[in-house]
Amino acid sequence: MKIDYSIEAPAIEGRLSIAQIEALIAKPLDSKPDKKFLLALSVSGSALALGAICVLMTFYFGIGLWGNNQPVGWGFDIVNFVFWVGIGHAGTLISAILFLLRQKWRTGIARFAEAMTIFAVMTAGLFPALHTGRPWLDGYLLPYPNQHGLWVNFTSPLLWDVFAVSTYFTVSLVFWYVGLIPDFASLRDRTTSKLKKTIYSIFSLGWRHSHRNWQHYEKAYMLLAGFATPLVLSVHTIVSFDFAVSIMPGWHATIFPPYFVAGAIFSGFAMVVTVLIFVRKIFDLEHIITVNHLEKMNKVILATGMMVGYAYAMEFFIAWYSGNPIEQFVFINRAFGPYYWAYWIMVSCNVLFPQLFWVRKFRRNIPLMFVVSIFVNIGMWFERFVITVTSLHRDFLPSSWGYYTPTLYDIGILIGSFGLFFTLVILFTKALPVVSIAEIKAVADGAQPTHHEEGGSH
Amino acid sequence: MEKKLFGVTALFNTPDEIIKAAKGVRESGYVKYDVFTPYPIHGMDDAMKLKPSKLGYLTLGFGLTGTFIALFSMWFTMAMDYPMIIGGKPFFALPAFIPVTFELTVLLATLATVIGMLTFFFYFPNNSHPLHDTTFMKAVSHDRYGVCIESIDPKFDITKAKTALSGLGGYDIQEIYYPEKSDIRLFDPKFIVFLIVVAAVTSGAIYFALNKLVYMQPFTWMQHQQKLSAQAETKFFADKFSMRPKVEGTVARGYIPYEFKGLAAPTTEIVNPTFPSEKNLALGKKKFLTFCSPCHGNYGDGDSRLRGQFPNPPSLHSAKVRGWNDGNLYHVLVNGQNVMPSYESQILPEERWAIVNYIRVLQKAKNATLEDIQAVRKEGK
Repeated sequence: MKIDYSIEAPAIEGRLSIAQIEALIAKPLDSKPDKKFLLALSVSGSALALGAICVLMTFYFGIGLWGNNQPVGWGFDIVNFVFWVGIGHAGTLISAILFLLRQKWRTGIARFAEAMTIFAVMTAGLFPALHTGRPWLDGYLLPYPNQHGLWVNFTSPLLWDVFAVSTYFTVSLVFWYVGLIPDFASLRDRTTSKLKKTIYSIFSLGWRHSHRNWQHYEKAYMLLAGFATPLVLSVHTIVSFDFAVSIMPGWHATIFPPYFVAGAIFSGFAMVVTVLIFVRKIFDLEHIITVNHLEKMNKVILATGMMVGYAYAMEFFIAWYSGNPIEQFVFINRAFGPYYWAYWIMVSCNVLFPQLFWVRKFRRNIPLMFVVSIFVNIGMWFERFVITVTSLHRDFLPSSWGYYTPTLYDIGILIGSFGLFFTLVILFTKALPVVSIAEIKAVADGAQPTHHEEGGSH
Repeated sequence: MEKKLFGVTALFNTPDEIIKAAKGVRESGYVKYDVFTPYPIHGMDDAMKLKPSKLGYLTLGFGLTGTFIALFSMWFTMAMDYPMIIGGKPFFALPAFIPVTFELTVLLATLATVIGMLTFFFYFPNNSHPLHDTTFMKAVSHDRYGVCIESIDPKFDITKAKTALSGLGGYDIQEIYYPEKSDIRLFDPKFIVFLIVVAAVTSGAIYFALNKLVYMQPFTWMQHQQKLSAQAETKFFADKFSMRPKVEGTVARGYIPYEFKGLAAPTTEIVNPTFPSEKNLALGKKKFLTFCSPCHGNYGDGDSRLRGQFPNPPSLHSAKVRGWNDGNLYHVLVNGQNVMPSYESQILPEERWAIVNYIRVLQKAKNATLEDIQAVRKEGK
């Protein structure tokens, strides 16, 4: 197998015509759900139902059902929150940063990755809301004039989180919807069902594919991409501030913001690869989501995996270099203390397994990349577990040391969060075009005027 | 009625043709025309000679508004309305305000860009445009490229426009008319029923939420908690008492039992262990006014408002009481006498002696001799 990396691989393989592309993408929307779809939905729905039961029990009896208590006050709730927010980052990276970098290959995967962002942030948002214990009172998190005469604390990272995550969700949703408007118009003009036509008409807002609109639309899309790029970096930075602004040994580190952002992209790409492997197979999108695209994502996984590995090493170095005995103890305890197993799962999954992607054959091997991406997902979940739990369980005062064990409710809610995410993903594949129709048409062969072919993506 | 003409459309097959057509239409002097493509075509801005989009100004304006709102509201809340020192930071802690400022800037800029574009630039939502539901729209939505010359163009002439479009290589040339006004059936019974159902469901849900739901577990503001509350039954202890009796054979700190409890008089003399210092007397006065004065009166005259309604409370200035020693007064206070109950559980031993001392002061003051007054005056000088 010889690949010339100096030539940009075509975004779409197989010389599909524009009409064929549209038919291919619209097919799942036009056909009735089949057995495979219902089976997948029932599995994820069961996980979701399990999580919902655990959440309702938590509402009724309180968060005493969970395993976190002194000295480990942050347990699965925060671990899952950081994990899911991180998953979301890949979508914005693909849709915004790669757009600004004029990477044509992003068009095949951008819509799906953006959808995953939205679902991941929705899932993540549940945890801060739930861990307050009485989520129906979460309105207090917002600064509004109230009869107590009190305001929220704008200097607290936990409040920054409220603003960062809600802004991130809103902007991602708007960005996604703006991308969907022309597709809704295409679907509206394509469908024969009256009900579908009404729904698509409402959501297309009356889009007419007019070039006078396209001109502003492209400008808006670029502006949104320009905003989403610093936004995505800010969100995980602020999430890392939740830890770094405290004075806990193991948390109080200036490397946290870049380390968290790299980790977020790493885990997000792994999740996108995991899901896309199935989607391209099930919906016959192998020509649009090609092996070349997956290979490029694997390269990103390799690069960010090593950034994360560098951060692990640097944390140990700084702990030694600081000369602070408590800091040093925390890191030795992390690797060789009671939670050594979590630490070594994290290191092997995040640093060792992605090294396989140095070999081109492995980068293009779909079963192998599936296994590695699963490992990365596991490893990144454990990274958050290690950061949160091992720093808390043995800090300054040895008389207050403890060992955190999650309860069945914690595990049930974790499973439920996967259930929610995958239920939303599965419903999405049947309800909306998983690839941006307008964008993918624009990069098809012969889609652009011949005298202008040196221009980048649209 | 004559149908009103919207414009003339033509379809093209390739991107090259549509670029050429757009140029041609523009060069023929048309202003009110538009090009329709299923995706944005490179070079079309140039072919149509469109001015750069002004959308960015909207983004900038609203982004800066977001910055300003964030900084102003954080200054107002943290430095003006409720200033509080947190983490040793100044009231207006700018570095700590940057994250929220950034997020609000991005949020407002994004929403303004999108909402502004859709409403002010595109006049959306608009599903009643004449081009909707035409074969032309279905084609440009799919994989064709189209041009439409609108009838409001000053140079518009239906035959000339058609010739121009076919001359540029366009096919399927159509005249597009405004749709006939459809009557909006506001009083359709179905619609009225729909409105009633929506109103009933909404108001019912709100009534339920505000009047029922907030009084149900677990939304009851922690009214029901699994803790012991005094005077209430509990399932936790076998005897169902929340308040626990003393452990047998123990004495609570500061509650040494009174050894002459229940006796008419103490069998041995009890000696006052305190000295009537100013502080001690102040305590005695406070406790006397709290516990003794309701019956015996503020100065121990037995002149409280109980007088005449009950067995009259005795004066503390009688010769009998004045003749008692301190221990005797203490015994009555702890043990009670006649209708007077025991105050053992309400008053601590130290406070009891302070009351006794205070009673002595009252007795002295009420029954002072001339020498006493002279002595006080002398001291006062």
